[in-house]
Amino acid sequence: MYQYQHGKTGSNRELIRVENLVKYFPVRAGLLQRVVNHVRAVDDVSFTIKEGETLGLVGESGCGKTTVGRTMLRLIEPTSGSIIFDDRDISQLKGREMKDIRREMQIIFQDPYASLDPRMPVGDSVMEGLNIHGIGTPQRRFEIMMEVMKWVGLEEYHARRYPHEFSGGQRQRIGIARALALMPKFVICDEPVSALDVSIQSQILNILKEIQSEFHLTYLFIAHNLSVVEHISDRVAVMYLGKVVEMTTRDELYRNPLHPYTKALMSAIPIPNPHLKRERTILTGDIPSPLNPPNGCRFHTRCPFAMDICSQEEPVFHETKLDHWVACWLTD
Amino acid sequence: MTNAENKIATLDVEGISLQSVSLWQITWRRLFRRISAVIGMIVLGILILIALTAQWLAPYDPTIPMMDMNPPEPAKPRQDPCIHAFGCPKDQPQHIAGTDGNVRDQFSRLLYGARLSLMVGFSTVTFAIIIGTVLGAIAGYIGGWLDNIIMRFMDVLLAFPSLLLAIAIVTVLGPGLINALLAIGIVSIPSYARVVRASVLSVREMDYVSASRALGGDMTQILFRRILPNALTPLIVQGTLGIATAILDAAALSFLGLGAQPPTPEWGSMLGAERNQVFTAPHLVFLPGIAIALTVLAFNLLGDGLRDALDPRLAHIS
Repeated sequence: MYQYQHGKTGSNRELIRVENLVKYFPVRAGLLQRVVNHVRAVDDVSFTIKEGETLGLVGESGCGKTTVGRTMLRLIEPTSGSIIFDDRDISQLKGREMKDIRREMQIIFQDPYASLDPRMPVGDSVMEGLNIHGIGTPQRRFEIMMEVMKWVGLEEYHARRYPHEFSGGQRQRIGIARALALMPKFVICDEPVSALDVSIQSQILNILKEIQSEFHLTYLFIAHNLSVVEHISDRVAVMYLGKVVEMTTRDELYRNPLHPYTKALMSAIPIPNPHLKRERTILTGDIPSPLNPPNGCRFHTRCPFAMDICSQEEPVFHETKLDHWVACWLTD
Repeated sequence: MTNAENKIATLDVEGISLQSVSLWQITWRRLFRRISAVIGMIVLGILILIALTAQWLAPYDPTIPMMDMNPPEPAKPRQDPCIHAFGCPKDQPQHIAGTDGNVRDQFSRLLYGARLSLMVGFSTVTFAIIIGTVLGAIAGYIGGWLDNIIMRFMDVLLAFPSLLLAIAIVTVLGPGLINALLAIGIVSIPSYARVVRASVLSVREMDYVSASRALGGDMTQILFRRILPNALTPLIVQGTLGIATAILDAAALSFLGLGAQPPTPEWGSMLGAERNQVFTAPHLVFLPGIAIALTVLAFNLLGDGLRDALDPRLAHIS
């Protein structure tokens, strides 16, 4: 059996700490391509993830969830802020050191059709990381690849097939296998099920859960489907327009959401009982442009409880209860 | 790595005989289903065969005038075609396509011309593709000011009519086949550079490229293993169509006397040399012209077929 190098040390140790992460994308215009504005995709985001836990990251499309994930892996360079992984700030690492860190953190992509190289047999895709890092002999890499394929429920003969010969769910398993082949400690799941049929979603979620408990993995689970997040997360962070507005344990968030935005999201979850009456918070309007976010609290333009102060001063992200963080003037 | 790759290729599990099919195999199959592409391939196959075996097929040396040779009756300039099977007197030497103004066997010249034209097409396009790919890949992958400099220079090249620019280059370098090839190659670089840059730009953003970066791949690995193989399909179509254009341009330069120099058997220069005899000896003008048209048509048919076969929108239909 292919063994993970790091032990199954259940602990409360922080594996990841993101501090004041900022990513502005410059907007260039004109003949000289001067920077005229910035898209504030991620604006001062901080959170921690403990070893072995799953942090869910939810929010509307375009709120910066994916940018947070990709910045943490340095697939996108952060504008400022630090990413502390395993007690090391990786936001400035270069070359060899960064390459070594990449063995420990991996990503599973949203679109299973775009995430596999169409010209390579999938076995080669799964082995890619092993080849890049020169792990073991070619023979050993091949064995590891076969082993990992089995974890995600694929057969040996699948290895030599090409991506176009697989269904979306199978491709997503291959994507998971590729991420796991390097034995990472931390995996970012960037909406891994949102492109799949509902019947396949639960399969993939269960695979992710099984693998997590078996190998003591830590997940950042990015999604916009609150039911999926509830199923898989230990803690949940809610993002709105580049900022985290609320973060707490899953049970607390789903039972007692404090931020009006979270409440609105919760009331949008469909429930199967048509006779059940519930209080609904319906948001009006669109998410404002991250090019020019509103002053004060970014949510005040759509907030049903907006007060004067909301449009003037930005609320501080603070801990109202034990492990329940929120950025809203209502809770101050 | 090769060891493991072989294993994947030959991997077979008992009871499962399903074959895996790569994208290339699918393209190939689809290509064979298109009649126009098949016709193009057949014509090209014949042309290539002729080019390879010209020295055995040709009855005469294509460059040596046959004055006073072959007694009892020496060949005359611009003699009409004489084919024994079609009733030409047996005592006359056989010239399937007649002789040209310098008493050279036109048929032999046409056969050798195929060799030259194909060589021109493949060599200029290979030259242009190599340089165009390097420039386009740098521009697309690195981007920034380098992208700007390279592509603006390509725009400048593209702004000239290609034949005019080729004539200018040949004028500077001096007439001759090699210089003509160089000129045509240079003129066709921009179209390849553009195609490569555009597809590198789109492939670069694919998730499997991000995945390679997340796995720790460095820039060169990603460029050569991930981006280029996936970015080169439009180049195949462009290249095939480009061969046709290159052959046509080379013929035009030779027609103007700037390309292949006599006595080299080149279709364009054969056409140019005899163009005043179009009414008295039409076979000397039309046969090289038809040869050029046929070759260009074959490459265009194949190119169009390839374009359809490689169309990503049809990727799921096998």
